[in-house]
Amino acid sequence: MSLQIRYFASLREALGPGEAVAHHEGLTLGALRDALIARGGVHAQVLARGRVLRCALDQVMADESAVVRDGAEVAFFPPVTGG
Amino acid sequence: MTQTADPVARVRIQQADFDLGAEVAALRAGDPAVGAVCSFVGTVRDRHAPGDPGAVQAMALEHYPGMTERAIEAMIDEALRRFDIRAARVIHRVGDLLPGDQIVLVVVSSAHRGESFRACEFLMDWLKTEAPFWKKETAADGSAQWIDARVSDDAALARWGIRSGNAGACASDATSPLPAPSAAPITPPTA
Repeated sequence: MSLQIRYFASLREALGPGEAVAHHEGLTLGALRDALIARGGVHAQVLARGRVLRCALDQVMADESAVVRDGAEVAFFPPVTGG
Repeated sequence: MTQTADPVARVRIQQADFDLGAEVAALRAGDPAVGAVCSFVGTVRDRHAPGDPGAVQAMALEHYPGMTERAIEAMIDEALRRFDIRAARVIHRVGDLLPGDQIVLVVVSSAHRGESFRACEFLMDWLKTEAPFWKKETAADGSAQWIDARVSDDAALARWGIRSGNAGACASDATSPLPAPSAAPITPPTA
């Protein structure tokens, strides 16, 4: 199965606009974040635990316990600052 | 990039500026039941003194195309459920802005003033912490930085019974599902 990750704001500057990744059944957003951190390098820096990040699943704000399905669109980004 | 703006859409994300008077007129047009219109305009603010090297030179606004519109549409749906209002519209600009520029417009119409005042504040409080926009400031000395979210904005939303972990300490706690249609009586914010 595969999913598309999108990054915004400071994460986009560090990691690019996004990337496609393969995943197994039942993957949660939190486990996906951990897998990206485990790559090391810039991923580990900007997605590090302790940094306040938010995530969305299929364009809806989501908890890290949310489970992705095949073809999902996942996004990681800093707290929002519009308005 | 900016979507083509449908001038009658409830939510518009655009680079172009907006005209408050024209938007108010458009919202009222053809609805004789409207007796009150409340609007809010947010502008690019500079917290520094003039001449300070940190003074804001420019601001860039980024958003998540698709999700932004969807999130604000859901906020308007909830405002229509919670408040006795006639209509609501939100315009939010993206791209490069200058100090003093208009950023966001919320306009709400209702029969009587109280409902549109409350719905306007409700929409802004929610938008601030749950609509995917990000601001980056460039200072007079050339340095640029992303603006931090404010805990006070989470508190403002909490007054309406909606939790946001936007500026909170624990991202994995930061759930913000849309609330179920409110069965409880509407209580105005206490602060």
